[in-house]
Amino acid sequence: MQIRTYERKTIMRTGLIAQKAGMTRIFDMDNGKQIPVTVLKVENCQVTAIRTQDRDGYSALQLGVGKAKINRTSKAQRGHFAAAKVEPKKKLAEFRIAPENVVDLGAEIGANHFIVGQFVDCQSTSKGKGFQGGIKRHNFGGMRASHGVSVSHRALGSTGQCQDPGKVFKGKKMAGHMGDETVTIQNLKIAAIDEEDNLILVHGAVPGGKNAWVLISDAVKKPAPEGVPMPAGLRTQPAPAKEQDDVVAEETVSADDATAIEPAEVTQSEAEAAVKEGSADVASPEDNKDEKKD
Amino acid sequence: MNTLQKFEAKELQKYTEGKTIPDFAAGDTVKVNVKVTEGTRERIQAYEGVCIARTNGGLSASFTVRKISLGEGVERVFPLYSPRIDSIELIRRGSVRRAKLYYMRDLRGKKARIAERTTGHGIASANAEKDAARAVKKAEKSAAKKETAKAKKETTAKK
Repeated sequence: MQIRTYERKTIMRTGLIAQKAGMTRIFDMDNGKQIPVTVLKVENCQVTAIRTQDRDGYSALQLGVGKAKINRTSKAQRGHFAAAKVEPKKKLAEFRIAPENVVDLGAEIGANHFIVGQFVDCQSTSKGKGFQGGIKRHNFGGMRASHGVSVSHRALGSTGQCQDPGKVFKGKKMAGHMGDETVTIQNLKIAAIDEEDNLILVHGAVPGGKNAWVLISDAVKKPAPEGVPMPAGLRTQPAPAKEQDDVVAEETVSADDATAIEPAEVTQSEAEAAVKEGSADVASPEDNKDEKKD
Repeated sequence: MNTLQKFEAKELQKYTEGKTIPDFAAGDTVKVNVKVTEGTRERIQAYEGVCIARTNGGLSASFTVRKISLGEGVERVFPLYSPRIDSIELIRRGSVRRAKLYYMRDLRGKKARIAERTTGHGIASANAEKDAARAVKKAEKSAAKKETAKAKKETTAKK
């Protein structure tokens, strides 16, 4: 038997994380056709960690997007972000890459990572629908409205045979929870890119509601067109602004350190106090024992 | 302004650049100059009729134009900001009491006429005259009131 193997047509490069802003339409200036698009916003998408073959057994980039409040970020996370010298992020995700496509730690990937006309895969969490019946969940036909059907117009129908096999087979399509699951839509076309506001416009719908996090990567099943930035499309910013950003990042990092130290001291002193109290407590029963012995 | 609104505003600006869209509503007769490509040649085709509906919604705004062509009713829905629309001309304003004139589909001949509107919204000349007249009246009234008030004050002061 021949084993079917799948060969990737392009060298794996990183994807990026975006936030769904909603859907609208744009016009094709040549033929006037209306294109339904999903607007995806890329906000401060930076590299927060690099996974390498030597250390982790696989090569990948961990990206972070958004801006989390420092006081809402756990201490462990703060340390993680400080190591990459980036501000705390709202959402983190990993993208597998080819080892040669590593991007520097802290580098910001922008909407220019993709080019117009390219195909991408979009992964997101679909909208939750709750507990749903077979008609909505699995596109069952339902029964007739009349002709003797009673009470079971939207019922599932038969779930199997009789005494043999005497059970309902696993995987039988039934009513149950629908939506709120990870869904990947493959081969969506990039309709336009707005570098100024860092927006990616994808032709068609993307799973999830507004503000949903969407992982966008090069289409697995289509070759990437020529001219795609390698190893990644870094956000081009005016130089002085970037310096300022760096300074801000450093300041926040140092502030983190300061806050990190203070609670540590408090906990230490508390711990000492606790130990003292504990020893006192321990000592007193011993005393009592001694008294009893006496 | 959220991301989507900001983006739509930007796009709108792009599509309306160098274009003036007249202020028209349902009931008005409009002439839509549509770009038509025949092979490699591009020409402009006019489509004139009564606007029977307008739908708003930013980039997706559209309007429906109905006309009787060779005894047959024809309706076309145009996206308001379509780049295929060269220009829109307002021919005649109609006096109607509905926002959507779908009842026009059931009417033909004399019953399908719409009376011309000469006053009200969007008609500058008529409004200007009226407004001016109103303003004059208002000024007179207020002046009269002030005088009477003054007279009253004087009388009370004398007392």
